Amino acid sequence: MTDTSTTSPLVEIRNLSFARGNRMIFDGIDMDIERGKVTAIMGPSGTGKTTLLRLIGGQISPLTGTIKVDGIEVTKLNRSALFQLRKRMGMLFQNGALLTDMNVYDNIAFPIREHTQLSENMIRTLVTMKLEVVGLRGARDLMPSELSGGMARRVAMARAIALDPMMMMYDEPFTGQDPISMGVLVRLIRELNDALDLSSIVVSHDIEEASSIADTIFLLSGGKVVAQGSAEALRESGSEWAQQFMNGLPDGPVPFHYPAIDYAEDLLSAGNK
Amino acid sequence: MLNFIQQLGQSGISFFERLGRAHILFAQIVAGVPSMLTRFQLVIQQMYSVGVLSLLIILVSGLFVGMVLGLQGYNTLVDFGAEEALGVMVSLSLVRELGPVVAALLFAGRAGSALTAEIGLMKATEQLSAMEMMAIDPIGRVLTPRFLAGFISMPLLAALFSAVGVMGGAFVGSGLLGVDEGAYWSQMQASVDLYDDILNGVIKSIVFGVVVTWIALFEGYDAIPTSEGVSRATTRTVVHSSLAILGLDFILTAIMF
Repeated sequence: MTDTSTTSPLVEIRNLSFARGNRMIFDGIDMDIERGKVTAIMGPSGTGKTTLLRLIGGQISPLTGTIKVDGIEVTKLNRSALFQLRKRMGMLFQNGALLTDMNVYDNIAFPIREHTQLSENMIRTLVTMKLEVVGLRGARDLMPSELSGGMARRVAMARAIALDPMMMMYDEPFTGQDPISMGVLVRLIRELNDALDLSSIVVSHDIEEASSIADTIFLLSGGKVVAQGSAEALRESGSEWAQQFMNGLPDGPVPFHYPAIDYAEDLLSAGNK
Repeated sequence: MLNFIQQLGQSGISFFERLGRAHILFAQIVAGVPSMLTRFQLVIQQMYSVGVLSLLIILVSGLFVGMVLGLQGYNTLVDFGAEEALGVMVSLSLVRELGPVVAALLFAGRAGSALTAEIGLMKATEQLSAMEMMAIDPIGRVLTPRFLAGFISMPLLAALFSAVGVMGGAFVGSGLLGVDEGAYWSQMQASVDLYDDILNGVIKSIVFGVVVTWIALFEGYDAIPTSEGVSRATTRTVVHSSLAILGLDFILTAIMF
């Protein structure tokens, strides 16, 4: 690896636009995601945080702009090159997305079996190591339906790191978790990042949890990056935007009301019907 | 009026779009077949859920259809003193028509709907996306083995349906109604042709197996990933497969016999 590839950002997004129907999800955003760091992407629901992960993973294509992962332009890859790149990416889906017809062990062994010719003994050792990392070695024989939401996410994490990726993407990892499993997930994300020398992208709207582990936070809204920096910097920033989001204020630059016609006019028109 | 024409155009376009997507998916599924031959245990696993688990409904239905044919056939033939021909009537009806068609209809209801619901829910719970992100092609890994399992199981199920039906006919005809047993079996052997009757029946069931499995997999893969979407897709699988089976049966019969 050359010097430039280790110092350049892991993910470089330039002038990215993406639309769903007539609705602009991203409108020319730029973003650099540093290597070795935990980067949080935050914003109100429906701002396209998950869409951003799917764009980085090459599951969907942008309208305009470029996305480079480890110096490779994702949007220009053919399917097999994209699959090669994805082997180096791990992704945790919101509900784990475990394969429900296999037990925990087989779920973690799944990517290893598909991509390598390792012996069953070797696979067992690898799976056991990954399970130990997430603290679920004892749950090896359980089926996904027997796991709690938090456990399912931990198994999915073990599966995502099965091939030792260079980066991990977490899609809303804290949603719907009790405080204990939330704490476990927060700790795991940070520990995995540091111990395995990963780079992590965490998409979330849980301010407390995300800001406790993130080195950098990007705040998204209305298709733009409205603020970026460390959690402290954002809390202290003068941006009304950052203030509203970080402090959870009901009204501000993000309006409480969904765009609508004038209230009085709306009431009167209902009366006329 | 303009609205109506617009809607008509819209639904026409979306119909052909879906048809196009279905054919592309079919090509992708078939493209995965060679690599599946080296991992045949995946197909065998699916043959268990698609084929073996359909056995009970196929065998029980086959038995009753055969018994009803025996009963009805006897009542018609006995008027002409031709009840010895019961074996021919029962076996030809089963091997040529009822075996492939009824078995395929039952297969669509039992295995086709299950396939659609399974694939649709895998999509809704992001299992297919997760595979994509693990650099594993979900079409090759999930759909192709299921397709091959349907393709192989359907003719076997239809054959079992016919076999059990013939026995059901024999049970009613010679067991209960007194048709000579030797006449039942020997006339059947003399009149049923291996190529004209049995092979054509097998070809029919292979065609139905391909079509039903294809429709089921496409509907699941193309389902809107919500509970309502999956339920609608499952219904569509049964309706479209049944219509396709009956329509194709007419065409195949016209060509074959």
